[in-house]
Amino acid sequence: MNAEPRILRTQAEETLALEFAAARTQLPGSPAIAAAREAAFAAFQKLGLPHRRTEPWRYTDLRALLRTVPPLAIGTSGDDVVVADLLPGLDRARLVVVDGAFRPELSDLSGLDGVTIRPLVDLLRDGDTRVGQQIAPLNDAVVSLNSALMVGGVAIDVPADARIARAIEIAHVTSSAVASHVRNLVTIGADASVRILETHLGPAGSAYQANIVTEATAGDRAKVIWAKLQSEGDAAVHLGTLAVSIATETQFDHLTLMTGAAISRAQTFVTYTGENARAGLFGATMIRGKQHADIALGVDHAVPNGASRELFKAVMDGRAEGVFQGRIVVRPDAQKTDGRMMTQGLLLSEDASFFVKPELEIFADDVQCAHGATSGEIDEDILFYLLSRGIPRAEAETLLVTAFLAEAIEGLGDEAIGDAFEEIARNWLATRGQEAA
Amino acid sequence: MLEIKNLHASIDGKEILRGVDLVVPTGEVHAIMGPNGSGKSTLSYVLAGRDGYDVTDGEIIFDGQNIVETPAEERAAAGVFLAFQYPLEIPGVATMTFLKAALNAQRKARGEDELTTPDFMRRVKAASEKLNVTQEMLRRPLNVGFSGGEKKRNEILQMALLEPKLAILDETDSGLDIDALRIVSEGVNALRSPDRSMLVITHYQRLLDHIVPDKVHVMSAGRIVRTGGPELALELEAKGYADYAGEPA
Repeated sequence: MNAEPRILRTQAEETLALEFAAARTQLPGSPAIAAAREAAFAAFQKLGLPHRRTEPWRYTDLRALLRTVPPLAIGTSGDDVVVADLLPGLDRARLVVVDGAFRPELSDLSGLDGVTIRPLVDLLRDGDTRVGQQIAPLNDAVVSLNSALMVGGVAIDVPADARIARAIEIAHVTSSAVASHVRNLVTIGADASVRILETHLGPAGSAYQANIVTEATAGDRAKVIWAKLQSEGDAAVHLGTLAVSIATETQFDHLTLMTGAAISRAQTFVTYTGENARAGLFGATMIRGKQHADIALGVDHAVPNGASRELFKAVMDGRAEGVFQGRIVVRPDAQKTDGRMMTQGLLLSEDASFFVKPELEIFADDVQCAHGATSGEIDEDILFYLLSRGIPRAEAETLLVTAFLAEAIEGLGDEAIGDAFEEIARNWLATRGQEAA
Repeated sequence: MLEIKNLHASIDGKEILRGVDLVVPTGEVHAIMGPNGSGKSTLSYVLAGRDGYDVTDGEIIFDGQNIVETPAEERAAAGVFLAFQYPLEIPGVATMTFLKAALNAQRKARGEDELTTPDFMRRVKAASEKLNVTQEMLRRPLNVGFSGGEKKRNEILQMALLEPKLAILDETDSGLDIDALRIVSEGVNALRSPDRSMLVITHYQRLLDHIVPDKVHVMSAGRIVRTGGPELALELEAKGYADYAGEPA
């Protein structure tokens, strides 16, 4: 016996099969893309929705969590959508994607001279071979599902040597209770410097599902700051994937802030294709009530002399479940790799939980790698120190939780984005105890 | 200012304070000396209102009110200050941010206006210069990477800014070399005032060479067993605590 036989399908899997069958002729793309969709859906059907025995998804059992699937979003919808500004005061260009459709009329492209921005559907119609390239090695059902059903997104091309001072936001908005499958492609040329901001939001109370896959490449010596803000509506499912490859001497700093959605998973896959590249990967999770948020990381040191730093912090209140799964692979040729991964959970309630699975797979012998994980409550000694100075308990806790998260947020190394994200953290804490548990 | 009557307190069911009686009049500095394990640090925590201690009997009358049931932050706002034996390190919270949060929280609790930033900065500057606390230290996360002397100076800086009515100094001399001890003691002496009482808890007499108390109390097995003038400290230094071993606390 080898693979487990997949005979029983869940209701969600059945619905997806019916939807794909109905939509396959309407989905955009060249014949090559159409063929790729068929192959991707077959791959999805073979894997099924991830479940507890799907090792990389161990703590996010989608087969159990995803009972139903809302209708597929195809074409332009959400005409009357209002895009909230989650980061007031942060100057940035803005590419608005509603239910997977790029909406130039809602976007602000100023300050992006030299940068090419196209709707992804154009690339699908052209059969652009870059689409699907970065995710090809991933054997992930959710990514395969996205490859089968993707309707659009944006393609951003930052040419070599470009220095783009203004941050570029890709604002992903879901307008109603639909399932949207978004694909973005970001190509950053050699020696370019750019700051990308991914935001995700949608209406409260709406059980929409957003599956967003972004493929990115960063050229030699490029400097990339990439921040993601997952602030989906409270009944939403968010499945986000970033697959990026970094080249010789590329500096890639990435931060994920997870605070929205009922069920969310953010996966980041970084592959080193050139030597002396450095990646800083950071995460801050703030969840409460019955929220479930999973950050998954795959770092692939395929070449020598790469460095990576990972710091993930999670704060859980109420009955929330936080998950961190991080995997660093050091391939046989990747000598002198320097990888350090740290995960810290802070539980604000007795009913909250945090699941951590750090993994190091090292096949080279001359490397420095380490990982660590801690989980605990607010330190009573430190809390008493603050109380003894007259700082009220709620304020003292806010101060300590903000400081806890700040270390990861500031790791990104971008003051403007860091300040805006810390403001979100403070606002989250300010509303503590007001939500229904 | 402070009147402790028959105070009994236990932690995890174990009685540490077994009937403490102590009066510290306004404007006086009293020292509590005693062997290790006599309950000195427990007394300081119970006075400051730390969770986890059960006051099973007795009263703590501060400024005319029994504060046994009062939460720590309210005691602080009312004017109780504890200088910690081991000040805690708080990564991610700048010393300056912490000082401002504390000062403004206390002002707010007393119905006073929050200080403006320039006003706050002026006060910090004046107090920190006297204690050799540098601007660089104020920018650093609270006590993180501070030496023992820097931590204690930082405690006294907080005391100077918060202007308590009652300051409890728990083993403030521990871990200090002679120079640091002198700076800290000068800082404390500068804060002596007819309106402020101090309770100096120490194992050794040497601190009391610098901060000369009005009275010295000896604590043993959870009680005050002897009270005298400053000369009592010298006697203890010469003879040790052997006479006060009592039952182990």
